[in-house]
Parts: sequence; structure tokens; C-alpha cells
Amino acid sequence: MENLISRYRNVTILVAVLFVQVLGLAVQVKRSTPDESTRLIRVWAVDAVTPFEKGIVWFQSSVSNLWRNYFYLRGVRQENRDLKLQIERLRIEQARLNQDAEQARRLQLLLGFKEQFISKTLAAQVIGSSGSEQSRSIYIDKGSRDGIKQDMAVITADGVVGKVLRVFRSTSQVLLVNDQTSGVGAILEKSRLQGVLRGTALGEVVLEKVMSDETVQPGERVVTSGGDQIFPKGLPVGTVTKVSPGPELFLNIRVKPAADLSRLEEVLVITQQEEKEPAAADGATPIRAADILAQRLPSVPDRPPDDPSKPPPPTSGLKIFSAPTASGTSATTALPKPSGGSVSTHAQSSLGQNSLATTPKPRGDSAGSANNPGNVSPAIKPSDNSSAVKPATPRKPAAVKAPDNGANAGSDGQSQPASATPDSQAKQPATEPTPPQEQPQ
Amino acid sequence: MPITYTSNEQVEVYRFSLPAAILIPLIAVFLQAFVPLRFQFFSIFDLPLLVVIFFAVARRSPVAGLLTGAAIGLLQDSLTGHPLGLYGIAKTVVGYGASSLGVKLDVENAGSRFLVTLFFYVVHEIVYFTIARGLVGLTLQWSWPRELGSALANAALAVVLFALLDRFKQRT
Repeated sequence: MENLISRYRNVTILVAVLFVQVLGLAVQVKRSTPDESTRLIRVWAVDAVTPFEKGIVWFQSSVSNLWRNYFYLRGVRQENRDLKLQIERLRIEQARLNQDAEQARRLQLLLGFKEQFISKTLAAQVIGSSGSEQSRSIYIDKGSRDGIKQDMAVITADGVVGKVLRVFRSTSQVLLVNDQTSGVGAILEKSRLQGVLRGTALGEVVLEKVMSDETVQPGERVVTSGGDQIFPKGLPVGTVTKVSPGPELFLNIRVKPAADLSRLEEVLVITQQEEKEPAAADGATPIRAADILAQRLPSVPDRPPDDPSKPPPPTSGLKIFSAPTASGTSATTALPKPSGGSVSTHAQSSLGQNSLATTPKPRGDSAGSANNPGNVSPAIKPSDNSSAVKPATPRKPAAVKAPDNGANAGSDGQSQPASATPDSQAKQPATEPTPPQEQPQ
Repeated sequence: MPITYTSNEQVEVYRFSLPAAILIPLIAVFLQAFVPLRFQFFSIFDLPLLVVIFFAVARRSPVAGLLTGAAIGLLQDSLTGHPLGLYGIAKTVVGYGASSLGVKLDVENAGSRFLVTLFFYVVHEIVYFTIARGLVGLTLQWSWPRELGSALANAALAVVLFALLDRFKQRT
């Protein structure tokens, strides 16, 4: 036996070495727990290679910054002027978007939505890759001492990059979305079809698990669905480039990643996400969604008190309203008064909370009279809680219609969008501190 | 393109200094990991494989060749997201085969180096794909045109690289 081994020493050693490696490989493949610890050889290898990579990147960026920031300043003045103009434009745009965002938050609050917020990110520099076409991963210069943890999402301004696969002390390995072992929960932006984004052996990205009877158009954007509990919902993933019949009953949807995965230099690691209900405006007094909508919608003519003992008001002239605003101050609105009287939607939507919690007032009980302190209807008295029994309809929060349908019926067509639901249905969720589902039925 | 058969007495066996034996593989792995970030096309090359072939044919010792291949392969594996051993096994086989071939053939000239690298690149890919698909379960796609193109590119690079690395050879 010894002679045999010594005679075939080389082959024996080859078989032994291969056997050890196959054995080691088999042990690794069988381990499928997600919290598998990093092997020491990986740590050593990364520690041996990454300092060089970091050094070269640092040197390269230093030289590049020195050149760009101190020498090559051609066109900077013009660029500065252009950027200032762009800032002005963006400020105007931002002001408008802020309004929309506040409104969206309030509406989400009405609907009891929970949002995922990216509350903290960490910028990191790409310092290396796996060096293999079969494994598409990169190394970044941030590690556990910087707060990086396994499975954190990695993005750029363009879109999703991947997730943290392994964490070392000062570096981390990021698995790119085009690696065949990666998976990202994704959704098509327009058609809202959900699928799983996977990489292929050739480094392409495909959206799987979309049924073949669905219609998907090339050019449609793909965003994260948030279902994988790694990536926040709504991050851009890519664009559909090709749709073809796939295996079994699914489509083969090829996606071009939004982030250029072959030219990554800086990335953002999402180190903290929060899930919370959207808060209302930060101000002392929250502004209701209905108020915002009321300001944007055209005024609804008032209807006079349906008091048969009083003569009808004149059909021409102006009527002055003094309505409380959301901040508690009164706003005076002068409106032309068509026949049948007039009412300001702003004034009406700015009624006190108790008035909003009432049932629709019977015909003849005008909103205009509610604004008059001297003519408060029993239906809107603060103590009259028994009337707040109308089930809330939180999915129609935008209604600012006067309770009396007859008042709007005689008005122009511009008031049509405001007449979707009765007043109490629309406003009750906004004015009650409890969620809509807790409303008395 | 002469490939001559040489007897054991005729072949020359080289050795390398310890710094060269350690630094050359490390630099190869480092370049393989770093350069494709800047130049995407570089990923078709497999510098660690070329280093394994070079050391194997220069030392002409199958044991040294397979151990070198295993070490470099495992080092390369550790930088990927895949289980350790895929490149390790493939490069072990290549190291053993190249050193065994180096004993039989004269692989000092450019033509033989080109052909040896071409052959062992394909062997390396076949072993890698077999292990990756059969044992690990990765869904890799084999494409002969692509593999042959990469083999030709690596063989061409090997001719240049081996000429540079010849400077580190020391006669025994």
C-alpha cells in the first residue's frame, strides 16, 4: 500500500487536495442559514487585497480632485450661473411639491397608511469587484465599524444597486442585482404587476413571476415593491427593454438596470429605515386636506337659510363672510351671490370640528347659517354628539360639498368636483383624532 | 511553433524567491478584482489562472503546481460571493495538469505557451462549470464562441505576461 502511494504520490496528493476542497464546498453548499458567519479565509483575503484598492482609489481621487478643484476650472462661472438659475426653478418646483407632499401625507393619514422612510444613509466608495464574471459583486470602503450590517440595501441616485452580502471591519461586499443569486421584489410602475428581479448568468436582469397573460410594454419603469423587506418601496430599479414568452406560464421580461452597474464609483447604503404612519404638518395646528382642497376648488354658491318666514335675499350684490381659518384666525371672503344665495367652500370647510362630525343637516339647514354665531343650528352644537353617527368614508376625503345638494345644483359646473360625498363623510376622518376604522358605526 | 518533447534530464526546473511566490499571485488577484471596475473588458482575462499556469510549468512539480493552484483559486474564491472551492478545484486541476505537461514538453517558447494556455483555459472553464452546475447548483450558460474567444485572449496575454514573469525565475 505504501509503495502504491509513494509510486503515485502526485496523483494521491492531487486527489487528496481535490477531496478536501470538494468536501469543503459541499459543507458550504449545504449551509443555507442566513446568519452564516464569515469565514476566516474571506476575512484574510479581503484584508490582504482591500488596502491596496483603498490606497489606489484614494490616490486617484486625490489627484483627480486636485486637478478638478484647483486647476481645471474652465467654464465654472457659466456653470455656476446655470446652476443658480436651476436652483431658482427648483425652489419654485419644490414649493409646489411641498404642498402636494403635505397633502399626500394628510390623505395617507386619513387612510391609515404606513410608510417606509429612508431615514439614514451612508455614502461609500466602490473599491473593488469580485473579479469574476460568474459572481457579480463589489466591495465598498465601509464596514461594520461604520454601522454597515448584512442585507442592508445599497443604492445610487439612479436606482437600486444591490444588498450587503458580507460585512468586514472596514469593508463590505455588495451583491449586485444582476448576480444570479440575487433577488429583489419589484413592481411594474404602470401596470402594478409584481415580480421578482433576478440576475442571469450573462449579467442581465430579468423580472420573473409575471404571468404570461399580462400585458407589459417595453419602456415601462420597474420599481421596488418593498416586499423583500430589504429595499424600501418605490426605488427605481430599471426599465423594461424586452418582453417575450418565458418558461411555463410566465413572461420573460428583460430589464435594464437604472443604475449603471458596470461603472459604480460611489453608492449609498441605507443604514436605517423607519416605518411609521405619516405625520401631519409640523405646525401647531394641522391643516386638513379638505382645507387645502377647498382653497384650490372654485367657490360654491351659498344657499340661504330655508326659513319660510324670511324673505329671500336679493339675487345680486356681494355677501361678506367671516370664516375661521385652520389657524384660528378669521378669513373674510367676498363672493358674488347668485340666485339662491352663496356659500364659500373655504368657509364651509373651515368649520369647527364638531360641526364636521355631524350628520348631513336636513334640507334647509344651510352651511352659511352655521357660520353665523348667532344662528347656530342644534345639529352643529359641540355638545351634540349623538348626531355623529354617520359612518366615515375615509377613501373620499376630498369632498367639500355643501350639505344641501340643492345649493350646488343651481351653481355652475365648476363645483362638480367638490360634490362627491356628503360633508360629514368627507371631513369626519380629518377632524377626529381616532383612526377612521374606529369611528362609531 | 515548435513544441518539443524533452526528457526529464533535459528540462530545466526553476524556483522563485519567497516574495515573488507570494506577491505575484496576490497582485494578480488584486488586479483581477480592481481593473474591471475601470475597464469592463478586462474581466474576460483570468490573471490568477495565468499565474497558476506559469508557476506550474516553471516549477515542473505536480505537487507544487496543484498546491499553488489550490491556494490561488481559494484566494480568488474568497473575493466572490460563491462558495469557496469553485476556483480552487478548477485551478488545482490546472496546476497539476500544467506542471505534469511541463515535465513532458518544452513550454519555454511563445508558441507552446500560447497553446498550453489556450488548452488549460478551456479545461479550467469546463471544470469550473461542471462543479458550479453539478455541485453548487448555479445556472451558468456555456457558450463555445465566448469561451474560445476568452481562451484566445488569455493565451495572447499569457505570451506577454510569461515573458515578463520569466525575470523572476531562478535556476535550481
